[in-house]
Parts: sequence; structure tokens; C-alpha cells
Amino acid sequence: HPGAGGSRSPGPRALSAGAVRPRHAGRRAAAEDGAAEEQEGCCQLYPGHIPTSPLQKALLAAGSAAMALYDPYRHDMVAVLGETTGCLVLPNLRDKMKHDPEGYRILRERPRIRLSTLDVNRLRGLPDGTLGREYTRFLEDNKVSPDTRMPAKFVDDEELAYVIQRYREVHDLMHTLLGMPTNMLGEVVVKWFEAIQTGLPMCVLGAAFGPVRLNARKLRVLTTELIPWAIQSGRNANCILNIYYERRWEQTVESLREEIGIFSPP
Amino acid sequence: AAAGLCPCRALLGGRRGALRALVRPARGLAAAKETHFGFQTVSEEEKGEKVYQVFENVAKKYDIMNDSMSLGIHRVWKDVLVHKMNPSPGTLLLDVAGGTGDIAFRFINYVRSIRERQLQQKLKHHQNLSWQEIADSYQKEAVKPLGDSQVVVCDINKEMLKVGRQKAQHLGYSEGLSWVVGNAEELPFDDDKFDVYTIAFGIRNVTHIDMALQEAYRVLKPGGRFLCLEFSQVTNPLLSRLYDLYSFQIIPVLGEIIAGDWKSYQYLVESIRRFPPQEEFKAMIEDAGFLKVDYQNLTSGIVAIHSGFKL
Repeated sequence: HPGAGGSRSPGPRALSAGAVRPRHAGRRAAAEDGAAEEQEGCCQLYPGHIPTSPLQKALLAAGSAAMALYDPYRHDMVAVLGETTGCLVLPNLRDKMKHDPEGYRILRERPRIRLSTLDVNRLRGLPDGTLGREYTRFLEDNKVSPDTRMPAKFVDDEELAYVIQRYREVHDLMHTLLGMPTNMLGEVVVKWFEAIQTGLPMCVLGAAFGPVRLNARKLRVLTTELIPWAIQSGRNANCILNIYYERRWEQTVESLREEIGIFSPP
Repeated sequence: AAAGLCPCRALLGGRRGALRALVRPARGLAAAKETHFGFQTVSEEEKGEKVYQVFENVAKKYDIMNDSMSLGIHRVWKDVLVHKMNPSPGTLLLDVAGGTGDIAFRFINYVRSIRERQLQQKLKHHQNLSWQEIADSYQKEAVKPLGDSQVVVCDINKEMLKVGRQKAQHLGYSEGLSWVVGNAEELPFDDDKFDVYTIAFGIRNVTHIDMALQEAYRVLKPGGRFLCLEFSQVTNPLLSRLYDLYSFQIIPVLGEIIAGDWKSYQYLVESIRRFPPQEEFKAMIEDAGFLKVDYQNLTSGIVAIHSGFKL
């Protein structure tokens, strides 16, 4: 498929083919430079975007899946897997957001959850049980930060890149709402919930293959209690991307759970 | 969708790019001198910084990426370089841009095996001596496993040198090896010092290749040899297309998966396309003053070894 990758080389090479080699490198460079720059300019849709051909996306998907299984600490590989496999599902998610008033507002205003935009001290000062307090407690207990989320690179649509970015940033809030820690077991449960909610292939794969690395006792707890609860909650709940979390820090976790439709964790 | 649009845009882009190329020189007179960084255009100062960052990022995964990208063939290329060099014990080698030490270690192995053979030959000659005379000869001269050969590994990037030193420790290389931070365009060595100068897969990253060649000429002893192992132009047109496909489609993906760094490996494959072809590079080496300049293509021109002498 002579797509993005192929169009970079044949064009410039065709211009220089057959010309005298010495002293021609400069002109060849300029022509290549022009074509490549133009291509980068037209295909780079947002900062950090790397245009990829279908072949490259397929290789990235396969490679990132294998690498994520081999080395679960490669969070960037999970992110790449999500981006390269999500192309069919992301438009549906975006439409779900568009049809919901709060989701539509999020798409328009494009809020980002980052340490620089959050007032962590204020959130910590909120009463126990509120979303803000529990979220900061979760961040501290598990020693994570919202700034470690990778920006989207391989999504070929600027709005969809934001949707997947929002999904990533909301992931920690999912942990808070579901009451799950960031160990392997907790992550698998959250993945099951997200798989039902979003349908992203990366979540489905994570949910299916994640348990491979758990011991027998954890697996039992997982399959008998946690997964059924995650599935039921996932089915019952409204779309989690449609909640404007930044305006709900004072709301209690309980009431938010009720509002969304998540059942109490076992 | 984006992929489908690109070929049409590229055609339009070609014409616009040509216009831009006409305009750029006028602008360039006022601005800093510009050069290429892969397919981008940057100022010369920027290029040095960007190249430094690339190698700082890839240093830890450099060796594993080399093996993955070339399917291990880079080892053969480096072996051929050292065999072509055919160093004898007592040679003083300067390996520039030698970061992780691949050439240096091969040099040491080669010299060590030559030296061992030398010592064995000597033993054979001594077979008719008495026990006392043989024992005396051991004391007269130290064994010197390398025979006074030395290699100085010089690299501008501290991270690459760090990885190289760790590797040396891990593999058990200690004597005859020095690690020096230095810029190929301005080497921290005196004139007429080295017997051999090598630069393997490094010279295409240098901002001013002609200055690096002049420095190479300066630090070599009269009679010294310049050897450069570098990616070059593929001669076979079918192989060239496969090579382009592999370079642009597969290598950045490998970079992302293995090293978590697409952009550095994109730069790498682009910088290979920017490097002058065999004959042009040969002319540049001759311009620096080297004589009997020649090159040898390996793997149909994917890499080439250029050689020249300071006579």
C-alpha cells in the first residue's frame, strides 16, 4: 500500500534519479525536504502526532501487544496498543459524548487533568468521602501522578486524540470510583469495567490477558466476585467519559456512584 | 484517510517545496547557517544539540536496537572492518564516535589473537633451548597480551561512553582501552599521534563532515590509515526499494516498540538518505588530503567501508 510511508521516498528519488550524483545531493535534499516537510505539515494534525501507514499501525498493534505482555511495566506500549486498535471504537465514543450535554461540554472545553491545573491542596482539604479527597488519597497511596499519562501519537484525528487522552486521564478517577488499587488485580478489574463501558479493544485485551499473571487465589477472588461486579456496573452505568469530573470534586463518591450507576464494590 | 490524502498532497508539496528552496537562500543570508537533520532543516547549532539528544535517548538500547534493525548483520560489518584494518600488535587506534565500544572490543580481540599466535611461534622456536634458558626468557620480557596496542574510544556523547564503559567492565576488557569525550570536528589530540583512525556509523551525524575528515588527517601519523564504516547508497534498484520500505515502515516501529522512541529512529533512517553516496564521499576524503582512497561495498551498498592513507 503506497501510503504515508511510501510517498516519502519515490517522489524525491524520482526527481533525482538519472541526474549526476556529485553536487546533486544538495538539490535532492531540498526536494526531499520540501516534499517531506509538506507531508509532515499536512499530516501532523496535533502536537505529538506521528502519521503512520496502515502497515505501520498493524505492526505497532502487534508489537505493542507482545511487548506489553512481556514487560507489563511498559505503560507506553499499552497506550500505543490502545491508539492503534481504537480506530473503530473511538468514533462511537466521541458520538456518545456529543449526544450527552455534559459530554458535549467536555468536548468543547477540552479540560485536562494535570498536576499544574489541579489545586491538590484544596482537594486534599475537602471532607472525607468526597471525590476530590478520595482522588488525592488514591494518588498518594499508590504514588502515582496524573502527569505520567502518555499523549496520543498515532490517532489520525485531532478530536479522537482528545477522546483517548480524556479516557486515559479519567482512568485514575475510575480507580477511585471503583475503589481498586493499582496492583495487577485492581488494574484487571478496572480494565473489565472499562472494556464494557468503552469497548476499546485495548481494554478487552487487557481484561482477557491481564489475569494470566495472577496467582490462583487472586484469580478465584477475581472471577467469583470482582469480575461479575465489574460487568454489572459497567453495563448499568452511564458513559464515564460524560462526567465533568473537574466540576464535581465536592460531590461524595457514594452519590457520584449512584448517579453514574456503579454498584458498591464487594 | 490521512494516508490516502498524502500522495496527492506530496505532488503539490513538491512544487511548493521547490519554490521554498528558491526563497530560502535569501532568508538564509540573514539567519544562521542551515543544515539538515534527517528530512528537517535546522540551524547548524541546533543540529548538534538534536543529535546529542538522539544518542542520549537511545544509548541504553543502542546495542539491542542495532541487533533488531539489522538482524545481527551489523556485527558482520564491524568484523569486516577490523579484518580489513588487520592491526598488528603495537598499533595505536583512535575510534571516533565509538560510543559503545563495538570496534574497540573487536580490535582488542583481533590484536590479542595475533599476539597469542606470535607468542606460540616464539615458543616453537625456543623448543631447542634448555629449561633454564626458557625460564630466563620469561623474566626478560613481560608477556604483554596486547603487545602495547592501545585503543582510544572518543565520543561526543557522555551517555554512549557510559554504556561503553559498563560494557567493557561486564565483558572483562580493561587494559589498552581509554575513554575520552571529544568532538570529531575538533579532536582533543595532538598532531601525528595515531596509526589508525576509525569512525563507524558516526560520520553521518557530524555537522561538518569536512572538518571531521581534516581532523582525522591531522591526528594520524604519516603512513596512518583512515577507515570509515557508514551507510551508503544501494546499487541494486530492486533491493533499494525493499530497503526503503524496510527503513521507513519497519525501523521506526521497532524503535517505538523496543526503545519507546519513534522519532530517534525516524531521524536515523532519514540521516542515512542524506549522507553522500560512495563516490562523493570518496572525493571528500581526497579533499582532506588522503591518498589511495578506496571503498568497498558491503551487502550491496547498504554499507560501505572507505579507506584512505596519510602519505
